[in-house]
Amino acid sequence: MKKYVRGTAIVGVLTLAVAACGSKPTEENAGGSANKDFKACMVSDSGGFDDKSFNQTSYKGLQDAVKAKGLTEVKAESKSDNDYPTNMTAMVNAKCNVIVAVGFKLEDATEKAAKANTGIKFAIVDSAPDTAKVGEIPNLKPLLFNTAQTSFQAGYLAAAMSKTGKVGTFGGIKIPTVTIFMDGFAEGVKYYNTQKSKNVQVLGWDDAKQTGLFTNDFEDKAKGQTNAQNLITQGADIIFPVAGPAGLGGLQAAKASSGKVNAIWVDTDGCVSAAEYCSVLISSVQKGMDVAVQDAIESVVDNKFDNTQFTGTLENGGTSLAPFHEFDSKVPADVKTELDQIKADIVSGKITVASKAQPKAS
Amino acid sequence: MSTDTTVEPAPAAPAPQREPQRSGLPSWAIQGLVSLSAIVLALLVGAILIIVGDDQVKTAVGYFGAAPMDTVSAAVSAVGEAYKALAVGALGGVTPITESLTQATPLICGGLAVSLAFRTGLFNIGAQGQLIVGAILAAYVGFAWDLPPVLHLVLAVIAGLIGGALWGGVVGVLKARTGAHEVIVTIMLNYVAIYLLQWLLTTSAFRRPGRTDPISPVVNSNAQYPQFGDTRLHLGFLVALLAAVFVWWLLNRSTIGFELRAVGANADASRTAGMSVGRAYIIAMVVAGALAGLAGTQQVLGTDLPLTDGVAASVGFDAITVALLGRGTPLGTVLAGLLFGALNAGGLQMQLITQTPLTLTTVLQAVIVLFVAAPALVRSIFPFLPKERGVGAVLAKGWNG
Repeated sequence: MKKYVRGTAIVGVLTLAVAACGSKPTEENAGGSANKDFKACMVSDSGGFDDKSFNQTSYKGLQDAVKAKGLTEVKAESKSDNDYPTNMTAMVNAKCNVIVAVGFKLEDATEKAAKANTGIKFAIVDSAPDTAKVGEIPNLKPLLFNTAQTSFQAGYLAAAMSKTGKVGTFGGIKIPTVTIFMDGFAEGVKYYNTQKSKNVQVLGWDDAKQTGLFTNDFEDKAKGQTNAQNLITQGADIIFPVAGPAGLGGLQAAKASSGKVNAIWVDTDGCVSAAEYCSVLISSVQKGMDVAVQDAIESVVDNKFDNTQFTGTLENGGTSLAPFHEFDSKVPADVKTELDQIKADIVSGKITVASKAQPKAS
Repeated sequence: MSTDTTVEPAPAAPAPQREPQRSGLPSWAIQGLVSLSAIVLALLVGAILIIVGDDQVKTAVGYFGAAPMDTVSAAVSAVGEAYKALAVGALGGVTPITESLTQATPLICGGLAVSLAFRTGLFNIGAQGQLIVGAILAAYVGFAWDLPPVLHLVLAVIAGLIGGALWGGVVGVLKARTGAHEVIVTIMLNYVAIYLLQWLLTTSAFRRPGRTDPISPVVNSNAQYPQFGDTRLHLGFLVALLAAVFVWWLLNRSTIGFELRAVGANADASRTAGMSVGRAYIIAMVVAGALAGLAGTQQVLGTDLPLTDGVAASVGFDAITVALLGRGTPLGTVLAGLLFGALNAGGLQMQLITQTPLTLTTVLQAVIVLFVAAPALVRSIFPFLPKERGVGAVLAKGWNG
């Protein structure tokens, strides 16, 4: 119900605007209607567009592009894995000019649709076609993100901010797009330990063994809360949940500790997407899917589309550490300087992040 | 509406003791009318949600005093457009119809699995788990083996049937031998199945080469149900209809089916009459599991869907509502499955055209079942509906009669 109301509230019901009585809404929407016939389309994965995380950020990219270029937006939410081929076909039939698929789960459906409809441009988040197997797909652009780099910073920040000497993390499902955050986080903590000769422990993820704590679910907040509570009981005072909406449970646990436990959020700036938890959020590892999606769509509008892989890095701003917001005064100035130095060192290659989950350069 | 409900108790008060007045209509017609009324009511509830959520209506309400008709017309057009898109998406042409049937296919088989158990007096909440295990085995045979056409498909389907039957059979045996409650056992086995699947997808035997995320290879084309033309509809739909005929035959024309129904109606009396209640439970759960496993094969062998942790979607749980709406009969289950399939397919189209969120169809399905499960409520809203003998009681007992 909540989902329903919010979803509808966001949407500019364009088809309705045409059919319905009043023409006012159409005029209001028409900030720039230069490319009204251009249909920018998006298919979500089973998480839905209101996940405060992955799909939502990508959808923001679509909205931004629509606003900037005056396009027509069409979106299709998938309820389950079964819906991907159907939604993809529906988008093709709706005569979309560009179709953005959110998530590797849509890889099969997207590759198939892209091959069958060479006149339509496609982009897919978090997935790159295996060109050795499916061949070069000239109308499909992969959008990948090396979030291990930013998580490395987050790990360093967490280690520096921890009073108990223990920081914790947990994931949604053990897949590379999740463990990449946890790898980077653990490596960042280790880097802090070697730099400062400290011994801050990471609970919930062993990057050498690739084992750790998972909710096995991206939806269940109760599981996220339980996992966070486990970490807190073991002494962690900084939590790094990498579990989409389930991770919000971790923030609940942190908030309930009344100041003892804080957290770092992922994918989006948590102070914006989950503002009620801003008081416990030191920072967030931003994955710039909105910018990448917007760029991809606009490149199609401007006739500059190519199928080269986009890899978001610290260098190109495709991933970055969010502002500290309420923690701005609490994070020591030297830690801020060190974080900037780490960023510079990762960009220059002085620090290499080891995570195997990192996207391969194309 | 509210006046009806308050007026109702007075004349109805003496009624519960006596046999309610019966109309001339056969009971299936009355049940159909109740279901139809439930659907109408659900659409009304949905309409309210559409109006509340609509942007244009909100804008028009803003100047309601100035031009009240704007609000009304915006509301009417919002509802009209959304339901038109729903109908067109479900029935408007070859592609929508085949899509509806495709969506209905696993729901029918899953619904049959739940219905059959219901008729034996068992609440099979485990269709989801049985479906998953069926899908695992069917998919494995489908992508790991290399066999000629026809034979490959047949073996993969049989593997799926065995997988489901095994998962259901465990429940039957536990219930028959130890008295373990099937609701608890099936729910727990659902978890076992989904975690088994998640684990298998991390092993090299199941994970697609070159991929690091949990996804299996797509099954060989030899092992796929043939598709009709270039639609997504596949032979699995006919198999589902055959399964419904089989369940009808089993329940109504076979000795075993008679025992199942007898046990469902009254287990103690059946035992006294010399029937083996335990045997009936085991048979019912094995067959129900196999039917759910069949639904699993339709997921992995029907559309080119690989095995993922979301392969079952919510089919196994939707199947319970399908069986509820179908009132535990094979024909009713088929019809309910078709309705839900159409709602699913139409819902996707509705969100595409009018951007009405997909969750609305979920709400519609839930409200339909809510009204069907509470016929007294429907009757208090539509007092002209004819009375039926003991519908509420039958529902509460799980269609044991």
